[in-house]
Amino acid sequence: MKGQVVATNESNPASLGANPGLSSTPGYGSRDLFTETPFVRKKKRTEYLVEAIFFLMTLLMVVPLIFIVCYLFYRAAPALSIDFLFSAPTSGMRGGGIWPALLGTLYLVILSLLVSAPIGVLAAVYLNEYARDNWLTRIINLAVVNLAGVPSIVHALFGVGAFVLFARMGRSILAASLTLAIMTLPVIIAATKEALSAVPMAFREACWNVGASRWQTIRGIVLPNSISGILTGIILQVSRAAGETAPIMFTGAVFYKAISEGDIFAYGLFDQCMALSMHLFTISTQVPNVPEAIPYATAVVLLGTVLLVNMLAIVFRVYLRSRKKW
Amino acid sequence: MLKKKIEISNLRVGYGNEQALKGISLDVYENEILAIIGPAQSGKTTLLKVINRTVEFIPGVQVEGSVKIDGQDVLDVKNVYELRRKIGMVFPLPIGLPLSIYDNVAFAPRAAGVYDSTKLDELVERCLKQAALWEEVKDRLSSLGTRLSGGQQQRLTIARALSHQPEILCLDEFSIAVDPVTTMRIEDVLRELRSQVTIILVTNLVQQARRLADRTAFLFNGELIEIDSNDVIFSNSPTNRVTYDYVMGNFG
Repeated sequence: MKGQVVATNESNPASLGANPGLSSTPGYGSRDLFTETPFVRKKKRTEYLVEAIFFLMTLLMVVPLIFIVCYLFYRAAPALSIDFLFSAPTSGMRGGGIWPALLGTLYLVILSLLVSAPIGVLAAVYLNEYARDNWLTRIINLAVVNLAGVPSIVHALFGVGAFVLFARMGRSILAASLTLAIMTLPVIIAATKEALSAVPMAFREACWNVGASRWQTIRGIVLPNSISGILTGIILQVSRAAGETAPIMFTGAVFYKAISEGDIFAYGLFDQCMALSMHLFTISTQVPNVPEAIPYATAVVLLGTVLLVNMLAIVFRVYLRSRKKW
Repeated sequence: MLKKKIEISNLRVGYGNEQALKGISLDVYENEILAIIGPAQSGKTTLLKVINRTVEFIPGVQVEGSVKIDGQDVLDVKNVYELRRKIGMVFPLPIGLPLSIYDNVAFAPRAAGVYDSTKLDELVERCLKQAALWEEVKDRLSSLGTRLSGGQQQRLTIARALSHQPEILCLDEFSIAVDPVTTMRIEDVLRELRSQVTIILVTNLVQQARRLADRTAFLFNGELIEIDSNDVIFSNSPTNRVTYDYVMGNFG
């Protein structure tokens, strides 16, 4: 050990090459900076290769997405118009617009978020900030992760049993949005916990050291610095709640419901409603002779609705992130 | 006779199977600077955490013995928030909270229910002055505390520790992330503060303990090897041979 240190300290470069400790290590070779050894060439080759593969995979993800969106717009173009948005379907779904379905989807998504976002965020705050690490919280955490992976059709059956039948809500907007809320809750909890635990522990300790309570710490430091991550989790669930058909088709969504066109308060809590995802499913599989452009236009509207809600949340998130302070 | 501020007797702290402190007894006198030296894993930080009871945030910790501040056992204290306000804590790495400089210092008073803005302004100014930071930041109190340099952040941390008007100030290796010039400035600050507060200074720098402290305690492996005035500890004949070796740097 001592001999090695002496050798590297010597000014004679020859002795560096002769250093048994380094040159005998595979891959190190000589210390010549100006010749490319085979090892270095291989290293560079691997570097290019790896970067190329990663780039290719990114491309593989983005190109189909762009293609899908463009194709949707291309096929939907003949049917798309402002009128399409604000009028009801006519002649047995073969004409007219999608207003009842659009409004139904908005109702379902907003109501389910009003339920799941506060419960989910507060539960996650409890689990991450207050709960002690014992077998009970470990089971709860495990349950949350597992529930996030339960197929939506299972949530639908639960919704039928718990809300439609047991709580006697009947097939209604309320039952359907509660089912959606149950479905989105575990993911919101998981995402919120992730965002909370990203706030460094040192901040909390600093607050506790000056005599702040846990709640004062959470309100003053933890929440303001994790809110953008929490919102990301919620945003993702908006898209999921808007897109799922299974949880709502047994609990509140119907094939057709006549409501007054353009009226945003057309549905009541205990009404059944139409929904974009369900509408898209029925007109593309159940109804014969629907003009081709209508399902595509419906898909574009569904996509647009989700994007619009996401956009709002993203703008809000960017604003909050610009105030993030470390 | 000096008044005893903190009396620690037979303090044992264990994390599961590990004993961090193995029965420590020592007194800290009012308005003195007590340095605690010792290698890593000797239980210095644990000792500080027991004093302000943040040790209970560590899962599975067991504390035995007694730690009395002004004659009252902190382990029986019901209002831990008030206890923690009696004690200012400064940790090795500067932690600027992600708030403005002003809010960093005003955080503790606000947490204690002080919202009056003239009082807060006054307090923030006094604490920043005490921490020798006022001149550098007085024109940008609303900018982020986390954007300050490391040395400034450490002084901000000290200002925050002073903001709840503590009677005891505990510094845990405060100079580890600070350049020597700033360290000297902070040391001057500590010398000024000692007329008002009792200071416990945990340090890895033996010379710092020698420069600053009135007395020095040497902890090793969770045991108190020796505590005495600096004249004895840093003399050629401290009571314990191990202390001499550690102080002189020919340890192990």
